[in-house]
Amino acid sequence: MTTMSYAEASAAALREAMRQDPRVVVLGEDVGRGGIFQQYLGLQAEFGAERVIDTPISESAIAGGGVGMALAGLRPVVELRVVDFALCAMDEIVNQAAKNRFMFGGQGRVPVVLRMPIGMWTHSAAQHSQSLEAWFAHLPGVTVMCPSTPQDNHVLLAQALRGEDPVIYMEHKELWGVRGPVDPADAMPAGHARVLRRGADVVLVAWSAAVPLAERAATELAAQGIDAGVIDLRTLWPWDRETVLAEAAHTGHLLVVHESVQVAGFGAEVAASAAQHTGCRVGRLGAPRIPVGYAAALEAEARIGVPQIVAAAQALRSPNHRQTHA
Amino acid sequence: MELIDLYRGMARIRAFELAAEAASVGGVAALGQAIDPRSKVRGPLHVSIGQEAVAVAVCAHLQRADLLTSSHRGHGHTLAKGGDMRRMMAELYGRRDGSNGGKGGSMHIADFSVGMLGANGVVAAGLPIACGAAQALKILRRPQIVACFFGDGAANRGPFLESLNWACVYGLPVLFVCEDNRWSATSKTGALTGGPGIAARAEALGVPAFTADGNDVAAVHDLAGRLVHEVRAGAGPRLLHAKTWRVRGHLSADRQGYRDPADIERATAADPLARAKAQLLAGGTPAAELAAIDAAVTDELAQAMAFAEASPPPAAAEAYEDVQTMGAGPWR
Repeated sequence: MTTMSYAEASAAALREAMRQDPRVVVLGEDVGRGGIFQQYLGLQAEFGAERVIDTPISESAIAGGGVGMALAGLRPVVELRVVDFALCAMDEIVNQAAKNRFMFGGQGRVPVVLRMPIGMWTHSAAQHSQSLEAWFAHLPGVTVMCPSTPQDNHVLLAQALRGEDPVIYMEHKELWGVRGPVDPADAMPAGHARVLRRGADVVLVAWSAAVPLAERAATELAAQGIDAGVIDLRTLWPWDRETVLAEAAHTGHLLVVHESVQVAGFGAEVAASAAQHTGCRVGRLGAPRIPVGYAAALEAEARIGVPQIVAAAQALRSPNHRQTHA
Repeated sequence: MELIDLYRGMARIRAFELAAEAASVGGVAALGQAIDPRSKVRGPLHVSIGQEAVAVAVCAHLQRADLLTSSHRGHGHTLAKGGDMRRMMAELYGRRDGSNGGKGGSMHIADFSVGMLGANGVVAAGLPIACGAAQALKILRRPQIVACFFGDGAANRGPFLESLNWACVYGLPVLFVCEDNRWSATSKTGALTGGPGIAARAEALGVPAFTADGNDVAAVHDLAGRLVHEVRAGAGPRLLHAKTWRVRGHLSADRQGYRDPADIERATAADPLARAKAQLLAGGTPAAELAAIDAAVTDELAQAMAFAEASPPPAAAEAYEDVQTMGAGPWR
């Protein structure tokens, strides 16, 4: 067990995979210098410019090139910088990578890891602050991973690099510097949620940067006499319905919390599934349906925080609760 | 490859396309028409009638392990690359024994076993894939190359620019082949394309480009031979601009009411198959030899049709297969 930053943890996982498997390559803008978040630091020095490939600002060619590399026998890691820029490559991701295996009747496989960090990046405004994980959870053919800790950024990336199909790998733009323990031997499989604490009264379900917020909210709720559990979903596709439904049934109350826009967010899928299968009371908390503004006051309005989570959990627990607008 | 072999390759494609076209009558639900239940081939069908020379002449220089990406008009490329005609027709029929198990149809016809990585429903989508495949071949130190077929309309999409620049920057073994049939769906490409043309665009991006009469199979064969040799030798990407003619509509149900009949006549008169036949006869090839080729093609097609007809449709449960390994299933 060592302590690493979220960025170092992913770099370590990638370095290990590249040492073990010569088919693993990286392509994207500025990866030779370590990437804008330093998540590729040192890799070009070790593996050379042919395997850690600096590319032009050509998202279609980066993502589509990754598809072609995968079809021809490599395991590419496609660096798209931030999810906001991945939108320049939506055809390559949605129509090409995700559908190849099915559309061609299983003749080929596209084991490509598409890295596109989500979330707010303080004061970066509307085009650098989005959380679009729900778009990809909606897309058959891909898995969607949203690690919240250095530990999971290590083990999930390692698992993504061993998969058969495209992985939408969504780190969070503001977690890169977060430090924590990393134990590669503790490899909880993708598709399994991590129960961070169990509670008797309500379960909070979150992923990515909303997880530490939910944990802090649970601590505050405990002080108010509400025993809240916290689940880190880790992967949105597949998501660990079994664990979530068990906790929802146990507590009778489920609140799903995410940084992305609440309307049509993945929280709706979690909440609807929990209500449908357990009859529990559900709530969801996400951002208002506005672009993220630059000025501090505007940006804050788009951010969910601990007080809102606490308030939403309290409301969910109140005897006469009726869910209204967030 | 000799002219008579090129003729045989074109005749196979022509026969396949005519049969697919006939089987698709009534198979498109365009403009509110109901599907004719007798139609065997359904949905959009893009045939390459009149453009067979480009596919055959380029693929004549490819080896089985070379790779190929295609456009939405990909039957000819697949046949020329060595695809199994029976499984291709079964795919168009939407049958279980189709090359894609009935999951792709005409627009996604593919045969990975011969390096044909698929037709594509999105214009220009094959170009980045071709570049990535070529980069992989280079990284893996493999001797193969990639042939990347696309139409003139693709030159107006971003991936064209990104891919040609990319192939130049990394010196990739790709032969870009622009099959310029002069039409972008139902619009004239020329009226919608700025500057001096596709070859000039390629040159500006650092990719040496050469133009040929795409209906002269021998001319395309000669040019493609030189370019494939250069690409295989590691000289970097090349672009072959083949000027051809689209005889049929954008898709088989398109009756081309927007097109000057004289233009269609001209396209039909430029038939590469008839030209090759005339050249062969003038060069002393006995008519009986050509008739024997035509008969063999007719026989192969009949077998393909019978194979397609006999194959069952896929089972509904197969809709859940080959979606993905992790997270598969109906999920509802």
